[in-house]
Amino acid sequence: MLSDSLLKTIFGRLSFESFPIHEPILLVTFIGVMVGGVGVVALITKFRLWGWLWRDWFTSVDHKKIGIMYMILGFIMLLRGFADALMMRTQQAIAFGGNPGYLPPHHYDQVFTAHGTIMIFFVAIPFVVGLINYVMPLQIGARDVAFPYLNNLSFWLTVAGAALVMVSLFVGEFSRAGWLNYVPVSNLQNSPDTGPDYYLWALQIAGVGTTLSAINMVTTIIKMRAPGMTMMKMPIFTWTALCSNVLAVAIFPILTAAFAMLMLDRYVGTDFFTNDLGGNAMMYWNLVWIWGHPEVYVLVLPTFGIFSEITSTFSGKRLFGYSSMVYATVVITILAFLVWLHHFFTMGSGASVNSFFGIATMVISIPTGAKIFNWLFTMYRGQIRFELPMMWVVAFLITFTVGGMTGVLLAVPPADFVLHNSLFLVAHFHNVIIGGVLFGLFAGVQYWFPKAFGFRLDPFWGKVNFWGWVIGYWVAWTPIYIVGLMGTTRRMNHFDDPTLQPWFVIAAIGAAIIAVGIAAFLIQIAVSIKNRDKLRVDGDPWDGRTLEWATTSPPPAYNFAFTPVVHELDAWYDMKDKKAQAPKDGFRAIHMPRNTGVGVIVSALALVLGFAMVWYIWWLAAISFAGLIAVSIGHTFNYDRDYYIPAEDVTRTERGLPAAAGA
Amino acid sequence: MSGPHAHTDPVAAGHHGAGHHGDGHGHGTRRGYLIGFLLSVVLTAVPFALVMTGILSAPVTAVAIILLAFVQILVHTVFFLHVNPKAEGGWTLLALVFTGVIVTLVIAGSLWIMFHLNSNMMPMQPGSMPGM
Amino acid sequence: MTRDATTAENAELTYYETGEDHVHAGGSTMLGFWIYLMSDALIFATLFATYGVLSTSYAGGPAPRQLFELPLVALNTAMLLISSITYGMASIAMDENRVGATRGWLAVTALFGLAFLSIELYEFGNLIREGATPQASAFLSAFFTLVATHGLHVSFGLIWIAVMLVQIGKRGLNEDNKRRLMCLGMFWHLLDVVWIGVFTFVYLLGVLR
Repeated sequence: MLSDSLLKTIFGRLSFESFPIHEPILLVTFIGVMVGGVGVVALITKFRLWGWLWRDWFTSVDHKKIGIMYMILGFIMLLRGFADALMMRTQQAIAFGGNPGYLPPHHYDQVFTAHGTIMIFFVAIPFVVGLINYVMPLQIGARDVAFPYLNNLSFWLTVAGAALVMVSLFVGEFSRAGWLNYVPVSNLQNSPDTGPDYYLWALQIAGVGTTLSAINMVTTIIKMRAPGMTMMKMPIFTWTALCSNVLAVAIFPILTAAFAMLMLDRYVGTDFFTNDLGGNAMMYWNLVWIWGHPEVYVLVLPTFGIFSEITSTFSGKRLFGYSSMVYATVVITILAFLVWLHHFFTMGSGASVNSFFGIATMVISIPTGAKIFNWLFTMYRGQIRFELPMMWVVAFLITFTVGGMTGVLLAVPPADFVLHNSLFLVAHFHNVIIGGVLFGLFAGVQYWFPKAFGFRLDPFWGKVNFWGWVIGYWVAWTPIYIVGLMGTTRRMNHFDDPTLQPWFVIAAIGAAIIAVGIAAFLIQIAVSIKNRDKLRVDGDPWDGRTLEWATTSPPPAYNFAFTPVVHELDAWYDMKDKKAQAPKDGFRAIHMPRNTGVGVIVSALALVLGFAMVWYIWWLAAISFAGLIAVSIGHTFNYDRDYYIPAEDVTRTERGLPAAAGA
Repeated sequence: MSGPHAHTDPVAAGHHGAGHHGDGHGHGTRRGYLIGFLLSVVLTAVPFALVMTGILSAPVTAVAIILLAFVQILVHTVFFLHVNPKAEGGWTLLALVFTGVIVTLVIAGSLWIMFHLNSNMMPMQPGSMPGM
Repeated sequence: MTRDATTAENAELTYYETGEDHVHAGGSTMLGFWIYLMSDALIFATLFATYGVLSTSYAGGPAPRQLFELPLVALNTAMLLISSITYGMASIAMDENRVGATRGWLAVTALFGLAFLSIELYEFGNLIREGATPQASAFLSAFFTLVATHGLHVSFGLIWIAVMLVQIGKRGLNEDNKRRLMCLGMFWHLLDVVWIGVFTFVYLLGVLR
């Protein structure tokens, strides 16, 4: 029939059946999202905020605003990823014996895949990139990052990737092949649906954003430090940000190439990871884990930096062993590339290969252990102030050390043959990622929020958030360690052995306690905004030691009216110590980059391209790709990309007066 | 790409010990390009000739052309890409060395792992055992 | 640039720069672009590693010795090498601020790049006609993907040269355009380096096996 082939040309494989109206869980979620979305749009329209959002935020190239937007993206996606976690915990708590639970395997597999993918790529990475974006340029005394437009583009590409994952919830299906989209499950013959394609396109688009962002941050740290800030006078958070981003530049291309080959397998019919014609599925595992292991350090190194800054500030002391901390970070950066095989000891590479990677894995725990002692010795004999950021540090030290030790257990290849793919492993990596990365991010948010907004976060709700997470973590994951050690495997949506059920019920209770913690964080933000006048702070609320505390809270668009000159590590502490004052007049015009909407447009086109490719809508893919190239080339014809903030405006801002009209 | 860049103080730059400011990127000369090109032509022609004529035994040829390839990559890096210890305060060279290490790890590691894997698996057909 | 002493206690040390805000747009671009090139090199490294692992997975299909025509590869290599020296000439013309010569050498470079691509497409066409398609075996998948990724980079370089020809025509050799030409140069020369790997490890060693 003509209409049939015509429909296929226009809509590809998209049809009415692609919309899951027959699945009640998804339908209710969809209605909820729609109602919420319409409400938000209506409110923005009612208060006429679209213009403000577009001019002041979406098109902004200011690293501080981009950093805040990254954090908001990360938090929204955390809610989604955590909803997936709650679904899995409740399913596993009830699906015993004759009770199949409420999630069929087909749906359950998508939930755990989406959970892992979202938590790493769209929660942890945006949070880490967001904090680095906000804090690092301030710490090095720069006006912005090296490539401000690129920064905006990186953010929106990440949003486009996240949006594509969210679309897959309501249009078609998401991958069922685990958080790294493993072959052979994700091969075309095993997953002919849209799932792996959604996964691949979402992560390729977001991955380009992450790579560009990493290049940007590395260049910024190398080129834009304040005068006098030699490498060994760099704040430790900036050091960890440098190493983290160097790792990201090195590994994301590998992931991009691996995903590209899987895409070719699925779209063109090549034989890289197929089961026949010479393909080798294990090569995919090899490549994604060359990315995957360093990625852990991409996430955790910056949070080590956060813990270091906080420990030093709240102990009122220099960081103990600054240079050993730097060397440990650099050593981890290199060693991170020598351990990837421990993710697949059981693959069968044999004793010599397994021994090498097992030993390398144990070696990498040495610099990490050194860091733990550095933090402890920084606290030793310090004047410790037990405010919220410091509470997170202590919770981290305890939790992460346990996670590190179970990691060393898993590093022993014979032990790994027993524990591979068990829930013990799942508990281990949640232990280090929640205890290391997530606790660090919450510590960082509590620590730097006053800098970003000019008022503190409410301490009471902060403590509810803290205890919710810490208690919830231990209640949720201790039973998983136990059942894992007993041999329970991961990714199960149903168990036959009823004696396991109590453990999973406890784990579900733990997840509910974490939910309280997350809700408390939302309440904390709301309460703090409401009481912002009471919580108002000056530029340096914590008696900080690094340059971000040398400017006002929130900092002006140009960060520093006069570029600071650095003489010591802990530059701001040194300035306070020497009673150095910033000049009060003689302000000069400041050179700044202009805002641009190109990043939003390019990312929107990338989103359309991804969607069209997922659904085989070739004409739309061709148009959006051509548009993407055209807009990008067109952008290079714009040579007028910066302007001066006039000296009068700088003066007004520095004296706390409103900016002149039209500025 | 308009990086706002506030400080161009030579004193401060000296302080960093790195040609921190200004692009400081290597430029080529006509002579440099020509020398590089001539070397490159020789280093391309010799391996092609070795393989196409088959003067040497296969293993010797293999070693020779791999060595020549590495020399040629060095020639291109120095004469065409102008990488030297001074450009950008040494950061380009450091980035290149780091990338070289990672490239080596990725390629050598993958080959080592996958060939050990293959040799532990049951051969599917005669001659399917990789021998590179 | 002046640096006023702004400290009360210690007259020798200054803590703030009070001079003019210097315009130094693009001072980080060269290094940033170099770091991007390093990440691109790692994409190629991944493809080389995959090719290495799959290079004997013929799946009963043709092997390199039956497929590769070394004279054609040698010709192709010559095209790319010559395009490198002509780009070098363009860089020197740019350093000497000779707009016409810069554009001329860029155009010549593009012609050699185009010749390279044409020969590569001709080679691919021959292979596919013989049934040695990217779908035929894992070896061929890896071969086509590695070589075509390099070819895509060359195509992108050609588009970039075309854009630069227009932009130099409109604005001459201003600072922005010079910086872009230097980035394009690094990009173009890096493709050479990748090609050394391709002709050595894929073609020459392939035929030798």
